[in-house]
Amino acid sequence: MENLLITILLTSIPILLAGLGELVTEKSGVLNLGVEGMMLCGAVAALGSVLIFGNPYIGILFGAVAGILISTVFSFFTITLMTNQVATGLGLTIFATALTGLIGEPFVGKTAASLPKLEIIFLSDIPYLGKILFSNDILVYFAIFLIFFIHFGFQNTKIGIIIRAVGDNHDSAHSIGYSVKLVRWISTSFGGMCAGMGGAYIPLALTPHWSEGMTAGKGWIALALVVFASWMPIRLLIGALIFGGITILQFVAQARGWDVPSQFLNMLPYLATILALALISFKLRHNNYAPACLGKHFLGNK
Amino acid sequence: MYKNFLKIITFLSILVSPFLFTSAYAKTKVGFVYLTTPGDHGWTYAHELGKQMVKKEFGNDVDISIVENVPEGPDATRVIRELAKQGNQIIFTTSFGYMEPTLKVAKEFPNVKFEHMTGYKRTKNVATGNIRFYEGRYVQGVVAGLMTKTNKIGYIGAYPISEVIMGINAFAQGLRSVNKKATISVIWANTWYDPVKEADAAKVHIAEGADILAQHTDSPAMLQIAEKNGALGFGQSTDMGAFAPKAQLFASVNNWGPYYIKKIKQLKDGKWNTGDGPDHWAGNTWGGLSTNMLTLSNFSNMPTDVAKKAQAAHDGIKSGKLKIFAGPLKTNDGKEIIGAGKTLDDGALWGMNYYLEGVTGKVPK
Amino acid sequence: MIEFTPRKIQSSFWTILSPIISITITILIGSLIFKILSYPVIESLYQVFVSPFSRPDRIADIFVKACPLIIIGLGLIFCFKANIWNIGAEGQFILGALCAGSFALLFPETKTYTLLISMFLIGFVGGAIWASIPAILKVRLNVNEILVSLMLVYVAMLFIDFIVRGPLRDPMSFGFPLSKVYPDGAIISKVDFPFIGFLGQFHYGIFIILILCPLIWFFINKTLPGFQIKIFGSSSRASEFAGFNKNKITFYVLLVSGGLSGVAGVIEVSANMGRLQPEVSFGYGFTAIIVAFLGRLNPYGVVIAGIIIATAKLGADNAQMVLGIPKVVTGIFEGMLLFFLLAGETIQKYKISIRKTN
Repeated sequence: MENLLITILLTSIPILLAGLGELVTEKSGVLNLGVEGMMLCGAVAALGSVLIFGNPYIGILFGAVAGILISTVFSFFTITLMTNQVATGLGLTIFATALTGLIGEPFVGKTAASLPKLEIIFLSDIPYLGKILFSNDILVYFAIFLIFFIHFGFQNTKIGIIIRAVGDNHDSAHSIGYSVKLVRWISTSFGGMCAGMGGAYIPLALTPHWSEGMTAGKGWIALALVVFASWMPIRLLIGALIFGGITILQFVAQARGWDVPSQFLNMLPYLATILALALISFKLRHNNYAPACLGKHFLGNK
Repeated sequence: MYKNFLKIITFLSILVSPFLFTSAYAKTKVGFVYLTTPGDHGWTYAHELGKQMVKKEFGNDVDISIVENVPEGPDATRVIRELAKQGNQIIFTTSFGYMEPTLKVAKEFPNVKFEHMTGYKRTKNVATGNIRFYEGRYVQGVVAGLMTKTNKIGYIGAYPISEVIMGINAFAQGLRSVNKKATISVIWANTWYDPVKEADAAKVHIAEGADILAQHTDSPAMLQIAEKNGALGFGQSTDMGAFAPKAQLFASVNNWGPYYIKKIKQLKDGKWNTGDGPDHWAGNTWGGLSTNMLTLSNFSNMPTDVAKKAQAAHDGIKSGKLKIFAGPLKTNDGKEIIGAGKTLDDGALWGMNYYLEGVTGKVPK
Repeated sequence: MIEFTPRKIQSSFWTILSPIISITITILIGSLIFKILSYPVIESLYQVFVSPFSRPDRIADIFVKACPLIIIGLGLIFCFKANIWNIGAEGQFILGALCAGSFALLFPETKTYTLLISMFLIGFVGGAIWASIPAILKVRLNVNEILVSLMLVYVAMLFIDFIVRGPLRDPMSFGFPLSKVYPDGAIISKVDFPFIGFLGQFHYGIFIILILCPLIWFFINKTLPGFQIKIFGSSSRASEFAGFNKNKITFYVLLVSGGLSGVAGVIEVSANMGRLQPEVSFGYGFTAIIVAFLGRLNPYGVVIAGIIIATAKLGADNAQMVLGIPKVVTGIFEGMLLFFLLAGETIQKYKISIRKTN
C-alpha cells in the first residue's frame, strides 16, 4: 500500500508544479494555455542536459531555464504585442511540441541518471509516513515548499499583493504606479519556470526517457486543476493528488483484474477533469474566485 | 526533321534506361518503412538491425532507402507509393497497420514486390513474414516460475490482440511447467511505446507484490523500474541489458535479418514468391527459434541451474520436441480447450481470445 | 516605450498582406532553424514548399491532405468568429467517422450511394453531439469550453479504440483492431480523370468543398445569424444590447463546427481507409486551427490556407525521405505562423508608435 501511495504522490508532482506556476501567472491576469508545450520544453532540456553533464540536478536547472525561455515567447506576443492569449497559448503548445520533437529526436532510446532520493534523518524512520513523505527526491520537497511559499506570498508579501492587484484591476494598479506589463512578464516567467520543472520531473524521476509529446495532456490537466482549485495553492495539492490517484488507479484496477475495459479506465483522468470543471463552475456561479482581469489586455498608455 | 529524330532517340533511351541500368549494375533497390525511429531500442530498432545485416550481406549490390516515423494511415499509402515510384524493387513495410496501404499500392505496382511484416493478407506481389514471439515467452515463463519469491508475475501488454494473448498464454504454460502456485496479472498499456505509461504500469505491478515483470511493449522503461526497485524482468525485441544490467534475466530478440536476406536473394535470382502457406494466419513465413528469426540473449542474474532449465526449454522448442500448447489445456475459468494428446495448431493460436490457467482476470472484450 | 493607439478604421489591405508577411517571416526563421541544425537550407526549403508540386499525382495529394483540414477549418470559422474556442475538433472528427462507420457496417451488402448520403448526415450529428458536451456545459454552467473540448479529444481517441478492438472488430482480423471493410455504397471512390486516370488518392469527397465554401461565405456575410455571430464575437456586450441570445449563439456555433468536423471524418475514412481503425485522425483537428487563422476566418481564405499547410505537410514527408529531417518541423512552422498572424492582428487594430520615456 505504501508503495502505491508513493507512486501516486510522484505521479502528481508534474501537474502540481505546472499548476502552481500557472496559478501565479493567472493571478496576474494572464491566461497561458501553453503549459503543455512549456512542460515538454522542460522535459527535453532536462534529459538532454543530464545526457551531456551526467548530473540530474543540472537537469532541474535546464528544465527551469527552458521553461522560462519559452514562456518569454508567449509574454512577448501577448503582453508586449497584445495578441490574443488563447490563440497564442495554443500556438505555443503546437510550436513547442514540434520543437521538442525535433530537438529530442536524438535522445529517443537514450537513458539518463534519475534524481536520487534524499532521506530526511529521523523523519524518514517514522513508520509508513516516513517512507511516503520524507524519503523523496528534491523536487518533491520543493513542490511542497512551493505550495506554502505561494500561499503565504499572496497573503503576506508586498509582491504577492501587487500581483493580485494587477490581476484583479490593472487600471488601478497602473494608476498607483505599478508597471502592469512588468509584473505580468515576471509572473508568466515564473509560470514557465514551474512548468519547465514539472516537465523536467518526468524524465528525471518517473521514467528516464524522452518520447515525443511525452507529457500526454498533463499540461492541460494542470490548467484545469487551477480552475478546480479556485486559484488556491493548497487546494491545488489536493486536486493534483486526486488526479495522480486516478492515473494510477487505472493500472491498479487492471492488475487486480477488475472487469472494465482498459480504455475506459484510461479515460478516467480526462473525464474526471471535465466533471471537476463542471462541479467547480457550478459553485463558482455564486462565488467567483477568478482574477477579474484574467485574459484581458492592458494597453499601458492610458 | 533531324531535330525530331534526335528527340525520339533521346526519348526512347530515357524509356529504356531503367532496364539498362538494372542489368548493367544488378543493384537491387530496397525500401523500408519504419513506424518509429530506430532509436526506440525496441521494435523498429530490431528492423534496423535486420536492415544492417542486409547491407552487410549485399554491400554495394543493394541500394536501401528508409522512411521513418510513418503513421499507419493515408500517409503510409503515400509514402509506400513514393518508394515504389522511386524505383524500389522490393519494399518491406514493418508494422501491422501498413497492411491496407501496402495492399493498395501493391495493386498499382504489379512489378514491385512487397513484404508486409506481421500481417496476414497476401496477393501475387505481397508476401508476409512474422516471428513466433510466443516461443521466447515460454522460456521466460520457465525462468519466472523458478525465480519468483512472491509467486506474482506482472505482465504489461500493449493491446489485447491474438499475438499478445498467445504470448501471455505461452508464458503461463512455461510458468506452470515449473511452478503451479505462481500467477500472472496483466496490465494493458494501450500503446506499443510510451515510456511514461510503461513505467507507471511497472510501478503498480511492483506495488501490488510482483517481483518478476514481463512486457509486450517496446521501451526499456519497465526494466529500469524493475532495476530501481530490486525486481527482475525480461527484455523485449532487442537485448536491453544495457538499460538494466541487474534486472534483465534475458531478452527475446527479434532477428529479421535472415528473412530479409532470403527474400532479397530470391528476388535477385528471379525466384521471389509468396510461398504457399495457409492464407489465414501467421503469414507464409512464421519463423521462430528453429529458424533463428527469434533468438534469446544471454541468461543473466539467475543461478546456473535455472539457466540450465531455461536452456533446456529453449532447446526443446528449437528442436520441436517441446510443444508449448500441448493438451490438456484449460482456460483460467475452467473451460477445456483441448484434451490430452492434442496440440493447438497455428490457426487456433490466432483465434486465442481467452487466458489459460495461471493468468488472472479476463481478456478485455 | 512602445505605444498602442486603437485605430478607428481597420485597414483591409492588412487582411491580405499580413498572412503573406507572416509566411515570409516564418520561412526566414525556419531557414535559420535548418541552418542551426545543419541541414542544407535551400534544399530543405525546396523539399518542404516546392517538391509537393513537382508531379501531377503529388499535386493531387495536396488536395487529399488539405480536404479534412479545410472542412474542419470552415467549421471553426463559426466558433472563432463568435470568440468560442473549440479546440476539440480532433475528437469531433473521430466521433463523426465512428458514428458514420458504425452505421455503414450495419448494411454490409449496400451498393447504392444513399448509404453514403445518410453517413454524411450521421457523421454530422455524431460530431455535433460530441461538440454539444462543451456547448451545454458552457451555456448552463459557464464551464471553460477550451479545456472540456480538449479533454474530449482524449476520450474520443480511447472510445474509438475500444469500439474497434471490441464490438466492431472484424472476426476475421485475428484480434487485430480493424473493423470489417465498408460496403461498396459507403466508399468514396477515387476520381478517374479522362486521359490521365487516377492521380494519387484524389477522390470525389474533395468536391464537397466547392459547395461548402460559398455556402458558408454566404451565410456569414449575407444572413442575420451570420451577422449576429460576428457582432457577438467582437463585443458580447454590444450583442447583448442588441438583444441577441448569447447562449443560442454559443450552442449553435459549437454544434455546426463539431458537425463539419464529423463530416470531415466521414470523408477521410470513406475515401482513404475504407474501414475503421484505432487511428483515423492524425492531428487534423489541431492543424485546422492554424488553417482557420491563416485563412483570416474567411471561407475562401481557409481553402487557400488549407492548401498551403497541406503542401508543407507533404513537403515535410519528402524532406524526411530525402534529407532525413524529422517531419515534426511542420509543427514549428505552424506555431510560428500563428504567432506572426496574431501579431499582425495587433498591427491591424492598433497604431504603434515609439515614444521616449520621460
